[in-house]
Amino acid sequence: MRRGRFTGYWLMAPAALWLALFFVIPFYSLLATSLFDPEGSVLTGYDVDYRFANFVDALDQFWEPLFRSLWYAAVATAICLVLGYVLAYAIAFKGGRWRNFLLVLVIAPFFTSFLVRTLSWKLILADDGFVVDTLQFLHLLGEDGRLLATPVAVIAGLVYNFLPFMVLPLYASLEKIDTRLVEAASDLYASPTRGFLKVTLPLSKPGVVAGTLLTFIPAAGDYINASLLGSPNQRMVGNVIQNLFTSTGDYATAGALSVILMAIIVAMVMVYIRTAGTEELV
Amino acid sequence: MSLAADRASEARSLRLTALTKEFTTFTAVRSLDLEVPAGSFFALLGPSGCGKTTTLRMVAGLEVPTSGTIHLGDDEITYEKPYRRPVNTVFQNYALFPHLDIHENVAFGLRRRKVKDVDQQVKEMLALVELESQASKKPPQMSGGQQQRVALARALINRPEVLLLDEPLGALDLKLRRSMQIELKRIQTEVGLTFVHVTHDQEEAMTMADTIAVMNGGVIEQMGSPAELYENPRTTFVANFLGQSNLIAGSVAAVDADVVRVDMHGTQVSIPIDRSHTRSGDGWVGIRPEKVLIAPAGEPIDAPGNHMTGGIITDVSFVGVSTQYLVMMPWGQELMSFEQNTGRRAVLDKGTKVDVSWRPEFAFLLPSSQDVNAGVHEEV
Repeated sequence: MRRGRFTGYWLMAPAALWLALFFVIPFYSLLATSLFDPEGSVLTGYDVDYRFANFVDALDQFWEPLFRSLWYAAVATAICLVLGYVLAYAIAFKGGRWRNFLLVLVIAPFFTSFLVRTLSWKLILADDGFVVDTLQFLHLLGEDGRLLATPVAVIAGLVYNFLPFMVLPLYASLEKIDTRLVEAASDLYASPTRGFLKVTLPLSKPGVVAGTLLTFIPAAGDYINASLLGSPNQRMVGNVIQNLFTSTGDYATAGALSVILMAIIVAMVMVYIRTAGTEELV
Repeated sequence: MSLAADRASEARSLRLTALTKEFTTFTAVRSLDLEVPAGSFFALLGPSGCGKTTTLRMVAGLEVPTSGTIHLGDDEITYEKPYRRPVNTVFQNYALFPHLDIHENVAFGLRRRKVKDVDQQVKEMLALVELESQASKKPPQMSGGQQQRVALARALINRPEVLLLDEPLGALDLKLRRSMQIELKRIQTEVGLTFVHVTHDQEEAMTMADTIAVMNGGVIEQMGSPAELYENPRTTFVANFLGQSNLIAGSVAAVDADVVRVDMHGTQVSIPIDRSHTRSGDGWVGIRPEKVLIAPAGEPIDAPGNHMTGGIITDVSFVGVSTQYLVMMPWGQELMSFEQNTGRRAVLDKGTKVDVSWRPEFAFLLPSSQDVNAGVHEEV
């Protein structure tokens, strides 16, 4: 059978169209916004005058929430990795016939809105809530100690909201591991701990890489947790961008900050994938 | 070779006593007693589900026995952790670590025990299995036969007191399997370790093992050298599973000092007393197909003793080295007769009337209480 010279391109068309509609055009628009003349306003209109100084201004003004976002996201990702690994491991190897049911429980929170769930954490961590009361009773928290409006609450919120994104890829790669390999390791003088470190963990690396990326990237750009569970002291870059866009109307700085965040994340992800590369795994 | 020398001084036999393994729904191994002498090549042979792999896994420590004990020499290892036993396994599907190269796969056991000059030992071991040039490859890049040899090297390098082989050749094609059988036997002789080999392939067991234990339904039916088991099976299962047998109904007529006389459809046949596993009542007279001689009716047959007339050839299969005949006997049973194609006589045609005979010393007698079809079609 003879195929047309352009068959391949035609087959690519739907994907290309998708990318153009949902990535290239919005990204172009964002990039253009970041180069606006900041003197413009909603009333007078905006001009793209290639003001690269916007980036310098944005960094100069907002380096702190930017750095804080990356830091909170990194801490939340690390906590998610530990909790998520234990959970995924338990479901994959000890779940037995309950495996599917347990997986449904992991994604069950998605049945309610992100916003509603985060708001309910506000109630749970409230100053007169039972969590704070209990911690104060146990003297783990001072008399006027609180959880809301602290980094603890914001990071806890991030961990809670993004944990399923860690668990699912980890589960997928743990579940594929042939348990006979673990038996072989123990037959070859590896204690359970050694066997885990030398066999299970390296074989689950694709899941670790995917899970950390899926957690870190959205957590770094998140603003709901900081705005509902934190105070201005826990302001993350997402809050700043949202504020600039919706309240201040400083589109140029907001656009520049968005592009910077994106560039930093892309750069970090590339370095991460290079060093933790998964292509050697078969 | 150095491996053999190291082991010889401390070689210990493996002893299983009343070993039992019950799973929730069935009993895999029932009160098994077994002694594997140090340095021997021992085969556990049986159909799938007979409990042979469960037995092996209990020796490896991967399965905890319900009751009974496992000893290595005088040390009891029944409940010892798998990683503390001087026992290594070649797994059925090799279970090579896909994230490690061949060198590191083979080095795995030594590294866990913090042995010195690992690299040198790995090189020597890879040389033994003729894979020196493949050291930096990953397991999925290798052929089945090569993976099998890596699995063997990975276990052997630890110089275990007992090497367990779980159907190690099952995934290979027939030709490769035959050459690996010879290779395995060579390596076992060279290193002098105790090999316990689990297989469902009777030919494989007979080619390699010094001693075979035939397992069925969680118990050992019979144990002995390949020739012993083949020539003098004690049960219908062994008679059918290990090669093929003609089993003919008869009843004991008399027991003499050295032979048992059996009435078999009007002919009296005699069976040596040490091959008679029943002394009274009904029984199965067994005879291997290659021991059954046939000749056109009336012509002489070189087999004094048990002589029967009135057979008709119903099927002829020419298989090159031999011709396999089916002969319908007057009592309505088809007997198998395998004849070497020596060229002494032309292949007989279907429908030819023949006489049948065998030398009495080759026959055996089994109790009629045993199922005549046990083990017939279980060779998968």
